[in-house]
This record gives sequence, structure tokens and C-alpha cells, in this order.
Amino acid sequence: MEANKVLDAKGLACPMPIVKTKKAMDELNSGDILEIHATDKGAKADLAAWTDSSGHELVEQKEEDEVLKFWIKKG
Amino acid sequence: MPKAMSAQEIARKVIDKEELFILDVRNQKEFADWKIEGDSVEVINVPYFDLLDGVESIMDKLPNENVLVVCAKEGSSMMVADMLEETGMTGVSYLKGGMKAWSEYLEPVKVGDTSDGGELYQFVRLGKGCLSYMVISDGEAMVIDSNRMIQPYLDFAKEKNAKIVQVADTHLHADHISGGRALREETGAQYWLPPKDATEVHFDYNALEDGTEITVGTTKVGAQAVYSPGHTIGSTSFIIDSKYLLTGDILFVESIGRPDLAGLAEDWVGDLRDTLYSRYKELSEDLEVLPAHFANMSEVQNDGKVSAPLGELYKVNNGLNVEDEGEFRKMVTENLPPQPNAYQEIRQVNMGKLTPEEEEKREMEIGPNRCAVS
Repeated sequence: MEANKVLDAKGLACPMPIVKTKKAMDELNSGDILEIHATDKGAKADLAAWTDSSGHELVEQKEEDEVLKFWIKKG
Repeated sequence: MPKAMSAQEIARKVIDKEELFILDVRNQKEFADWKIEGDSVEVINVPYFDLLDGVESIMDKLPNENVLVVCAKEGSSMMVADMLEETGMTGVSYLKGGMKAWSEYLEPVKVGDTSDGGELYQFVRLGKGCLSYMVISDGEAMVIDSNRMIQPYLDFAKEKNAKIVQVADTHLHADHISGGRALREETGAQYWLPPKDATEVHFDYNALEDGTEITVGTTKVGAQAVYSPGHTIGSTSFIIDSKYLLTGDILFVESIGRPDLAGLAEDWVGDLRDTLYSRYKELSEDLEVLPAHFANMSEVQNDGKVSAPLGELYKVNNGLNVEDEGEFRKMVTENLPPQPNAYQEIRQVNMGKLTPEEEEKREMEIGPNRCAVS
């Protein structure tokens, strides 16, 4: 999936993956897609819940070589 | 700087019924699954990711001081605790090690003395509702239904100048990883397991069968096994010093064991009925029932102990008072609560078929035990 920006949050522990995601999203325009790479397992449920509560859309997520990848469309 | 509050400090507060206000910042799903509970505990849930812009929006829901912030591991609670302190709030703390530490903390509570000068302790795992036991007599100790974290038992035995020589599991557990084998490796103790639960295990063990007598110390504080199937096909209870009945996951203080975690509920419901309505009925009513779990804080007494006389349970425990067998069958096979987290994998680990990393084991054990019928 084509992303407007890629955020590397690998190796970061909670809450940093979401703190950084929020910061990156603030710099994007509505409709843009942010790709996030994280290794903290807690990020999976938290990113999905945060996306919901903040009005964005989690377009896709998958796991590759123990790296969690998320694509979020800015609302 | 917010204060780091240990799981042990929180356990003391919960047991002593000291007031505690908790702001739980995990996501709603995790919070709904399990949380810190107690008569004196007030808890609200606001996920940390809804507080990234500040905590102003929730200040009216919080007391003016003394708020404990908790999250899954620790990081997010530290962040939110910092934010609370920046508003001028005093007495802000966070749970050191997060809910993981809470899930793993064991509080030793003395159950009583045995007739020959020995002692019996119950280790209360408040975060998960698991209860394990240590019998101490004449410099020797036995651990029953050990948790995965074996250090608390090793430390406690050392403090009591006792050597752990016997370890047993009343059944193959499905809700937590047994520390039985690890304790054996560490101490050289004998490890007992009911053979009917151990048909697929990948390790040696001593067969715990009906009538097996295990001695602790040079004196006669023995554990006498009573075959009591129903939760699993091998489930075996211990009678210690003709005074205490360790029921495993067959009988709890406010409920009874569920028969569906290791096979088909339909197959074992008859055994469960038989154990509860016949086998246990033949035992002395004065025996103090000591289960392997509790589900509600109401089962925890003022001193932190979870127990009740067997005769009392025959009066008040609903699971022991269903006259009609068909109705009983229905109760324990229908409308069962969700199974414990990762229970299939946990059983495989306890059989020695899987050997996950420590971190994976912790993840598997997250959440309540859910071994009771309701």
C-alpha cells in the first residue's frame, strides 16, 4: 500500500509508538496514509482503539518477521 | 516525580481495605477483561491514548489527591502520572511493572498450624485469583499448585529454614503455568501429578493417586490424596493433618469447578457431580476447604485468606445445592463463562509439549483464571 509517510517505531515501548503516531498524523493532511512499523505487541490493540477514538481509519495491518505494520488513513 | 507503588503495597491495601483510587489507562477491552478489584478500591478507565493532549478533560472525575495510575506494563502510567502531577495534584503514583507485575504478585497468608508444630500457608495471587500452598514441618516443605513464579516459594522456604522436598499439582492446570517442574529442578524435590491428567506429558513425575501419602518433615504431617475428578479426569484433592482439604479446582468458596477446559464437559459432568455430591460428602464437615482459586474479592477474608469449613459450603454454596441431576448437568455445561486466556497453549506448556520464552508465558497468563462455573 502506498503511504505518504513511514514511521519507524520499532524497539519503542508503550506509550511511545502511539505518541509518535499521533505526532506524525498531526503533520499529515486528511486522507493521507501513514505507515507504522512497531515491535511492541501492545501496539496492536492500542493503535486500533486509538484510531477509532480519534476519527482515523485503520486501513490495513499485518505482521512481517515479528514487525507489526499498520496503515492508517487520516480522518 | 510520581511514586512507584509496588504490587505488594497494593495487595496490602486491598487486603487491609484501605481506600485506593485507580486510574486505569489501558484500552477498554483489556480493562473490561480484568482489573484490580477490592472492597475499598474505586477504579475508572480512560485509555492513555485519549490523554495525549492533556488530562484536563478528566480532572473532574478524579479526586484531588492520591491517584494510582496503572497500565499494562508501566510506561503509559508513568506518562499519565507525570501529567497529573503537572496539574499540581499531590500523592500521584503508578503501578511498578504494570498489570503484569500485579498478575504475578503472591501474598503469603498463614492458614494455621498443624498438630505437630508445622504450619500451612496459602499464597494468594490477587491479580489472577490463583491460590497455592506450602506445608512446612520440621525443616521440610511441600508446595502444592505452584505458580510459574517460583522465587516467592524459594524465598519463603528459606526464611522459614525449610527445604522444599515435595511439590504437587492437584491437576493439569489450564489457567496458569505450573511451577512444579521448575521447583523440582531448582530444589531436587519430588514432583507429583495425577497420572490420568498426565497421559501426554513429556517428563517424569511421581504418580499421585487415591490414597497416596506424602510426608513432609520427619513427623506425620502428610498429604493424603483423594481422587476427585470433574474439573479434569485426574483431579485429586489433599487432606492435610485431618484438618485441611485442598480441593484444587473442584470446589471453590462461592462456586464449583467447570468441567470443560480439558475435554468435553458432557463427559466429566457425572464425575464432577459424584465428587461434590458423594465423595466429599463422606468427608468430615469440619475440614477447612482451601481451593486453588477464587473469582470474587468477596471470597477473600479480612486477613487475606480464602477458605471455609466444608459443612458451611454444603449450606451456602449454590453449586452444592442443586438437587436435580439434570439441572446440575445443565448448569455446568451451558452458559459457561469464556475460557481463560490461552488455555489450550497453557495446557500444552504444562504437559511439556511447548516451551515458550518467559515473556510469552507472561502474556499467556494475563487475565482472570475463569476456572469456575459462573
